[in-house]
Amino acid sequence: MNDFITEFILLGDPNIRWVLSGSVLFGLAAGALGCFAILRERALVGDAVAHAILPGVCLAFIFTGDKDPFALLIGSVIFGWVSLVVMDYIVRNTKLSSDTAIGMVLSVFFGLGVVLLTYIQSTGNVNQSGLDAFLFGSAASMLPEDVKLFGMVSILVLLALVFLFKELKLVSFDPGYASVIGYPMKRMEFLIATLMVVTITAGLQAVGVVLMASMLIIPAAAARYWTDSLLAMLIIAAAAGAFSAIFGAAVSYGVPSMPTGPWMVVSCAIFFTISYFFAPVRGEYRRKRQRRLLKKKITGENLLKVFYKLYEMDDNRQKGRTISDLVKRRNMKPGELKKSLQHLVKNKWLNHYSGNPEAWTLTDAGFDEAKRVVRLHRLWELYLTQKLDLEGDHVHDDAESMEHMITPELEAQLIAILNNPERDPHQRVIPGQNGSNIAEGGK
Amino acid sequence: MQKHESVTTIPPVEVHDLTVSYQNKPVLWDIDFTLPGASLTAVVGPNGAGKSTLIKAIMGLVEPVSGYSLIYGKPLEQMRKKIAYVPQRESVDWNFPINVFDVVLMGRYAHLKLFRRPGKGDREIAEDALRKVGMLEYRNRQIAQLSGGQQQRVFLARALAQQAEIYFMDEPFAGVDASTEEHILKLLRELRATGKTVIVVHHDLQTVSDYFDQVMLLNLRLVAFGDMKTTFTAENLQKAYGGRLNILSQVIELSRKAEFVREEGHE
Amino acid sequence: MALFEFWILLTACLAAATCALTGSFLVLRKQAMLGDAISHAILPGIAIAFLLTASRNTFPMLIGAGAFGLLTVYATEKLQEKGRLKSDSSMGVIFTTLFAIGVIIVTAFASQVDLDQECILYGEIAYVPWDIWFFNGINMGPRPVWILGFVCAINLAFVVSCYKELKIYAFDRQLAVSLGLPVIFIHYGLMSSVLFSTIASFESVGAILVVALIVVPPATAYMLTQKLSLMLAGSVIIGVVSAISGYYLAVATNSSIAGAIAVMTGIFFFLAVFLSPSEGVLIRKWRARAGEKEPGETPESLKTGSLSV
Repeated sequence: MNDFITEFILLGDPNIRWVLSGSVLFGLAAGALGCFAILRERALVGDAVAHAILPGVCLAFIFTGDKDPFALLIGSVIFGWVSLVVMDYIVRNTKLSSDTAIGMVLSVFFGLGVVLLTYIQSTGNVNQSGLDAFLFGSAASMLPEDVKLFGMVSILVLLALVFLFKELKLVSFDPGYASVIGYPMKRMEFLIATLMVVTITAGLQAVGVVLMASMLIIPAAAARYWTDSLLAMLIIAAAAGAFSAIFGAAVSYGVPSMPTGPWMVVSCAIFFTISYFFAPVRGEYRRKRQRRLLKKKITGENLLKVFYKLYEMDDNRQKGRTISDLVKRRNMKPGELKKSLQHLVKNKWLNHYSGNPEAWTLTDAGFDEAKRVVRLHRLWELYLTQKLDLEGDHVHDDAESMEHMITPELEAQLIAILNNPERDPHQRVIPGQNGSNIAEGGK
Repeated sequence: MQKHESVTTIPPVEVHDLTVSYQNKPVLWDIDFTLPGASLTAVVGPNGAGKSTLIKAIMGLVEPVSGYSLIYGKPLEQMRKKIAYVPQRESVDWNFPINVFDVVLMGRYAHLKLFRRPGKGDREIAEDALRKVGMLEYRNRQIAQLSGGQQQRVFLARALAQQAEIYFMDEPFAGVDASTEEHILKLLRELRATGKTVIVVHHDLQTVSDYFDQVMLLNLRLVAFGDMKTTFTAENLQKAYGGRLNILSQVIELSRKAEFVREEGHE
Repeated sequence: MALFEFWILLTACLAAATCALTGSFLVLRKQAMLGDAISHAILPGIAIAFLLTASRNTFPMLIGAGAFGLLTVYATEKLQEKGRLKSDSSMGVIFTTLFAIGVIIVTAFASQVDLDQECILYGEIAYVPWDIWFFNGINMGPRPVWILGFVCAINLAFVVSCYKELKIYAFDRQLAVSLGLPVIFIHYGLMSSVLFSTIASFESVGAILVVALIVVPPATAYMLTQKLSLMLAGSVIIGVVSAISGYYLAVATNSSIAGAIAVMTGIFFFLAVFLSPSEGVLIRKWRARAGEKEPGETPESLKTGSLSV
């Protein structure tokens, strides 16, 4: 354990410094680039390209007889490119759909790679050992010269993303528009494809070809839950990619038999799960919470309506209303009613009635709020019957929940098109801002 | 329900308080009408008014939030054989490995039991349907080799082969040649003459009053429905196409956003 | 032909036929990548079954693989619906994660789990002849042949008996619903068929060849015919021919059998794309030069976009 701390965390071992910086640079580039792949709905294209570069790696090895990183890079880039061209060609020139083209390229190219790989293994070249690390990635097998080259490649990808951010953004969002305003689309497509191919190549030794797709897809998909801004999404995805690289390398360092790639994927998946549930912008937990709040608001507003109607009946604001008074006017479950009463007391819209702890009265603020809710309810009813020709008893439940959505701007519009109405379809007064009805309040 | 007892014939289609909401697509709101038999009805309205959604909801292809529809007074499931559907042409992959006759034969599947193959009678019905749309000589063509109008006619033939009582058609006149248009029109009138009920989503306001005898103006809600002469008026068109529904659509939009949050909770 | 050669060839051919039958419908439904996802995602199920039973028993492995296969289909649909991801992204998240977990289990318990990483990817079809099934002490021949033969028969029965339902489901799902056909039954029937085919083939031919056999022969047959029944028959034949020729290619080059079969499926595919008499690239070029109008719409006009990264 001590060794682990001094050598891994404090980067005491120079080898680890290399390995880590290489993987982290790749993680950054893959995470950021993956955002564009996802947003352009090309998530699985990366999977096919990653599988398709295996024959390139093998051929480079066969020609050089060595694992020379530059040759591997060239071989991979050529095959990555060819695979993209082939997929594009199939989709353009046949009736086959893109998923068929992706599956075809992925399996056939990979099959060719496996043939070459097993062929190399059968020739017994001593240098070949470690070539199968390209399948699942083994950070430990990275040499400084690999890192130098692939790290440089990652840096170039990151620089390209920084300098061409606005162009890539437009091209991903609306390629038609981009081409109309004179973007060189062919060159942009070429550029994005090249970035994709070289990023995948850069991650070869860290993740391996099989799981490469996950490094493009998962950090980007997770980042989407945190933000609605592309720039922020890019940064979050890149950070997640980099972190997973550190995590994977650490496990692989601690337990040398473990391949790096799968652990990188697992750490990405953990981040994805956390994002899915707890991310502040689009996470599941927040959505649930919002739903609860909305329900609470609607129940509370409906209860305020009941208080106001009771006030209209006896014109007595000070009188305490008991649960049975309330239930008589509106059927609510007792538990729900109690909770809602507590909520309204907490908001200072209700007071406990001094004479009876089981009775409540509206506060001044509560009275204004209740009036607002009733006003909206009656305006909405009037709108439905007058402007949409719906009969009063024919209005669907949806109409009831809709009145809670009306914003002040919409309220103003409603009042305007209904010509400052005074009474609702049931001839009840529509209360205005100051206790008067709207027609007076509007003056 | 009391209405039916006083009327001797059961109406082919009744729709009650139908409300449909999609995540980001148009909403239908509180639609309520009864369709008379042996009629040609056009469904007209601006883009996104929910015209296709309406017929899909009646046919059970889209789940309504509330409300229901009855076919000859009975729930849809019991009456499926009485209904034929002509979808929009773009809804299928025309490169599918299948020929014209096969597509038309599909119309007979509702009448076949599971595992059963179409018999001689079914083939004759399918041939007859192809003849009616003037496509019999194309029976062995692969469907990708047809023009747009011909594809539309194949879909019509498929619906005819169903031998249904009610025909729902989603923009059958969209992008077809003049001769196909004539063919379809002739067919619609024949259907009406034989007592069938036809509901057609239509986009061409110029031809509505010539082609149909009833019109339904739709824009999220039912704006107007009835005889062509009394219903297809400038005032009703203004209501359907004008901006009057602004507030309703805005409120629907807001509540849909909230609705989305609410739907998530239904585990 | 030596007996072991016969068993290997028979296994490969059965896998090819099994995958081609179910793959044809996936290709037509534009869900070709589902085979890829399932074949990767079932790995943890197989590894866990291995660990728990400490044996290569087929039955627990099928259950483990089946459970994770179903999980993949279900989780992908759910993530797409609730997580608001595109279908390919949600599929990518689920299957790569499950596969990574599978690889970790296999590596961590390498001493107990007799599976290595390479055999996950390209199978061990060469060892099939020695994986004998003994029934009451009688040598019944290789186990994978029995399993694949069984699944192949089920697939064939499913396709033949539900042919018209499958056809209409694949062509026009809305019509199938409006006709009141049992669409849910057909959908889950097809998904189970994909699941069984993948699991049965996975063990002997590996994840990648499963994808190749599911996607490529049906796509090839699709380029050659415009009739569904011919496409099904054609994809089985092309799969079988690829399997046989691939085997001999592997023997000649001393390389992986699964890889070589995948390569052969690819070669036939490209031959069909260029030379198909009805819609090959060459014939279309030739027709265009001769000034003949192409029948119907050209594929280009049907496609909305192209595919590049």
